[in-house]
Order: sequence, then structure tokens, then C-alpha cells
Amino acid sequence: MPIKHPNLKLARLTDAVPAWSGEIAPEYLFELCELVRDGGGRLVALWGSDVRQQPRGFMLHVTLMNESGLVCLNVPLPAEHPEYPDISRIFPSANRMQRAVYDLLGIYAKEGQDHRKWLRHGAWHGGSFPLRKDFDAAASLTHEAEDYPFVQVEGQGVHEIPVGPVHAGIIEPGHFRFSIIGERVLRLEQHLGYVHKGIEKRFESMSLQQGAKLAGRVSGDSTVAYAWAYAMAAESIANVTPSSRALWMRALLLERERVANHLGDLGYLGNDVALSFGFAQFWILKEQVLRNNATLFNHRYLMDKIVPGGVTASLDVEGKSIIERECDMLDQQVRILRNIYDEHAGVQDRFIGTGRIEPKLAAQLGLCGMAGRASAQAWDARVQFACAPYDKLDVKMATYRNGDVAARVIVRFDELFESLRLQREIMVNLVHDNETPPPLEKLPANGFGIGLVEGWRGEVMVAIHTDAEGKLARVHPHDPSWQNWPVLEHAVIDNIVPDFPLINKSFNLSYSGQDL
Amino acid sequence: MYQILKQIIKTGIKTESPPQADEGMRLIEQRLQQEILDVFGGALSIRQVDAGSCNGCELEIHAVNNAYYNIEGLGIKFVAGPRHADLLLVTGPVSRHMEVALKRTYDATPEPKLVVAVGDCACDGGIFGESYASCGKVSNVIPVDVVVKGCPPTPVAILQGILTAINGKK
Repeated sequence: MPIKHPNLKLARLTDAVPAWSGEIAPEYLFELCELVRDGGGRLVALWGSDVRQQPRGFMLHVTLMNESGLVCLNVPLPAEHPEYPDISRIFPSANRMQRAVYDLLGIYAKEGQDHRKWLRHGAWHGGSFPLRKDFDAAASLTHEAEDYPFVQVEGQGVHEIPVGPVHAGIIEPGHFRFSIIGERVLRLEQHLGYVHKGIEKRFESMSLQQGAKLAGRVSGDSTVAYAWAYAMAAESIANVTPSSRALWMRALLLERERVANHLGDLGYLGNDVALSFGFAQFWILKEQVLRNNATLFNHRYLMDKIVPGGVTASLDVEGKSIIERECDMLDQQVRILRNIYDEHAGVQDRFIGTGRIEPKLAAQLGLCGMAGRASAQAWDARVQFACAPYDKLDVKMATYRNGDVAARVIVRFDELFESLRLQREIMVNLVHDNETPPPLEKLPANGFGIGLVEGWRGEVMVAIHTDAEGKLARVHPHDPSWQNWPVLEHAVIDNIVPDFPLINKSFNLSYSGQDL
Repeated sequence: MYQILKQIIKTGIKTESPPQADEGMRLIEQRLQQEILDVFGGALSIRQVDAGSCNGCELEIHAVNNAYYNIEGLGIKFVAGPRHADLLLVTGPVSRHMEVALKRTYDATPEPKLVVAVGDCACDGGIFGESYASCGKVSNVIPVDVVVKGCPPTPVAILQGILTAINGKK
């Protein structure tokens, strides 16, 4: 049992990752969160659902993680005045999640310090809530853009630089408000939510299969991680285990996604410090990976290859040899490029000490995933909660303490090489057959399942709740960017404005994944 | 510096040049050069706007800049703002939160201007469709010259879309 509390009865979920769920009254939520935090645990996700038809009012869902696994707390709230204790004092990353839950569902954290809207900008009225089952979209539409109350920094010589939502590069939209003095950043405040396109509401009108496609488009660069997490949640509800071939294939696809993204980022990180050679070289390598994906799996980014119940991809002997040759090539080329980055005084001068997050601050703020590991946060779902086939792979986790751009670059290099090793090992175990097991058609009624996958950016979680007919009642995809965006605000403090693009790229967080 | 030069020489030129295997590519490349000369004096400037995409289309727009497709070698470059752009490359279903920003970007782009909508979502709303939070396709919000389908479209398809847009203005 991961946590013990007299008012909490946990039941083990039939899940690929170790997970428990249980109901707890709102008055005990705060102390439970404290208990988990004091034991070294973290907040993974926070969302809510409208269960008034059952009739149970609203339900707040809080997923916590400690060394034993995931704990999904269901907190029943009354239909009138649905309020719960603010847990952002324990887990600072809860702040934006709580505000988003209010914007979408109208349940709120009492005594919270920050009640500003987060995902709602003015596309719908403040008094209407899209994720309520009785939400009337037509009646709630507005065109009134509402001002967002940024925190003002005052003093002699302080001024603001507003950036976005349309950025200068080829990048997702969001607003950054810098308060600076000279070139030095005193404060950065983010305002996100621009690409909120109603993903969670959309799930509710979809079949299980359509939902798999949508999950693969929550954040396009992590399509494999999301599709797997979604499938894992569905399989948990149905209590089915995919074939071992399907699981090996999923791991192969996930590692290929990691390699492609790390290659792209390493190229851009070179570009951002004026070494355009790095961009040219790494993107040649990335293109070769993408082309092999197209040849082998008919999709450059591997979309829709993972479905509930199995996979829609296979790999024959010839395909394996293509990947083996690719791994050998990357191994050799990336070593050369890493050496060039390491030896390049200009590059290292810009990387080292820039955008630093100390391990202590990282732990306090809940920095996770690849960026977390660069600040000594030793969490990797492939290691701690190694579900099949990672239980047979012995993944080597990459961690560093420095927490600067340089550390995030090193972690990317190390993880890239580890992914090449893993791909080779996976292929030894991956047997070829053309058998496609029937995909999962339908889910049992009133089920709950959770999927957790270590994507290239960090842990991607998908939770599925089914209704009395086994349809998708509520799907919540959670991106690690929720945790990491607020930490980026800290990372730029005292750095110079021109280093912001570099620091930002070193985290490379998802807008679409958190805006939903 | 020696290592960098050595690596550049060893890598060679990856850009898929016209005389090589892909005839289709060669034709595109020639026509593109000619059209740009005709309409935009050999230097087409593109402003990319993500109006709500999942970031998948952006990955392929980045790839258009890699050595294989080498869009800059064709005289086309991505610029940092709409005021010095000739063409807007727009992705995503237009989220309602990006509606105003997209319109303002369009208004800030000087005439003559072109709009290419990239990806299934930009073409018809895609999997996200129209909802309380999404305006659906790009042409629901600003005039669109050319649509490039695909989820996401390949870099070659994106290049073709840009070419078609220039063609359409003649």
C-alpha cells in the first residue's frame, strides 16, 4: 500500500503501472497531500468531473506519485458550492491546474491565493463551464477578450517586454511578460491557454477508437507517448494485456520518438547559440530517422500506430536491419557532434550556468521529466514503474545536478545513446508476425483506468472514466509541461533577455499539451 | 574548428538537387524559383502562425528548413514578423483564443499577401472540428489561398502548397 490514512481505503487498479485509487473526503485532502510530499512524493495531475447525473455532485481527481506507484484520489464535492482545500501550498504546480479546473468545471480551491483564470481567455462566459454535462456551447460564446492581471514589477528603470501570443519563430503560441532592468530579467510571467481547443470535451463525444486518434494529437511531438498512455488506461479498465509483441513494438516506437525529438532539440540548441552547424547536422540525422519511420511504419511521426489492445505496426527482418544500420550511424555521428559541442568554447560559454534550477528548487516546484533529471530529480517511469516491456530492459536513468542548459543538453545526449541501446535490445526480443489481435472494441461500464508513459519530455498521463454504458465519460490527458512551465519562470530570473530563447528551448515545453 | 570543417566536408551536400533521382522534386524546384522571381523578386518571406495546432505540423515546417529540403536555398525564408512577410503559413484549427491574434497578424501583413493553410485541421477543422473553443478551419477566420492536407503534411507537400499559392496569384 503506497500511503496509509485512517480515512482512505485504497484499491489496487488492474493497471500496467502500480496504481491505486480511493475516495477521500475533501477535509482530509490537504493532510494526505502533505503526507505524500513529506514521504518524497509528487503531484502528477489534478482534474475534475461532473457526476451530478449519478447523482454525486462533482468529483475532484488528484493523482499523486511516490516510490510505490500512483495514487488516484477521488474527492466527492457537493453540486452546490463545490470547493476543496487549496493544495498549491504543498505542491506549487497545483496552482495552474486548480485554476484550469475552475475555468472548465467550476469547482474551486478555497483559501487559494491565486484565483485568476488560466485556460479561459474570453471565448466563453466566466459563469459557464465547458466540462459540465449541461454546458450550452451556443449560449456561452462571447467575443470579449478579457485582460489578464499580470503581476507588476515596479521600481526605477524597470520596464516590461510583452511577447506573443504569435512568436517570432516557428513555435506554438503563448504570451510571455518580461519585467526587466537593462538586459537582466527580474521576472517572467507566462500566460498560456491560447491553443485551448476543447480536447477534453471532444473526447466525450468520441468512440474508444476515435479517442485514440485524438490522444495522439494532444501534443504532436509526443504522439506515441500519448497514444500508449491512452491505450494503457483503456486496457486497465478492460483488464486486458496486449500481446508481448505489441508491447515490444510500443517501446520501440517510444524510443524512436525520443531519439527524433532529442536530435531536433540538440540541433536547435546549437542554433540558438549561433552554431548553425549544429542545426544543419542534427536535422540531417533527424530527417533520416523520420524517413526510416515513413518507410517502416508509413508515418514520419508514428501517429496512430498504438491502439487500445495492440499496435497497427509490424517490423520484418529487413526492417530490423534498417533500424540497426540507423542506430550504428547515429551512434557514430552523434558522438562526433557531441565532441564538437563539448570542445566548442563559445557553445559551452552560453550553455554552462544559464537558466539554472538548483535541485532543491526543482524538488520544491515539482520539476519533472528530462528537465527534472538535469536538476537531480531522479524520476523516470521506465525505471521506477517499469511496466512491460521495460521490466526486461533495465533502463539506465540519466541524471545531473547542475540544472543549467548544459545539464539539459547532457541529459539529452545520454538519453539518446540509451535509446539507441534500448532499440537494439528491443529488436532482439521483437518477434515478427503479421497477426493483428482484434483491437479493443468497448470498455466496461463505470470504469476508471490510468496510463503513465515516460515520453521524451517527461511523464505523460492519461486517465479514462467510462459511463454506465461503457462510453468515454471523461478523458484527462496530462502533459509534464504543466509541472515544468512554472519552473521556467524561475529559470530565467537574473539571466539576460537574449538567453531566454536558449533557456526556453532547453526545456522545450508543450503549449498544446497544457492548453488542451 | 578543424573538427567542424571536417564534419561539414564529410557530410557533403544533402540537399536533394534537381538532377538527382526525384524528378518531381526537380520540377517543383524550378517552377518555384521562377514564380518567386515573377511575383516576389526572388525572395519570398513567410510568417508562420500556429493558430491552435497540436504542434505536429510545426515539426514538418521545421523540417522544410533542413538540409534535405533546404527552403532557403530556393530563395524562401521564414521571417520573425508579419510586417515584412509576403505569405502566411497557418496551422491548426483556429482556436477561439487565437482568433483575434490571427486576424491581427493577417491585417499586419502588407499586400499583396497570400495565405496557405497547412494540415488537415487548418483545411477542415480536422479531428478537433468546431466547438466552444475552436473556430475550425482557417478560412472561417481569414481568406485562404491554398490548403495543404495531411496529418501532418510532408515537407514536400508543404513546399508544393507554397508553390501553388504563388501560382494562383498570377
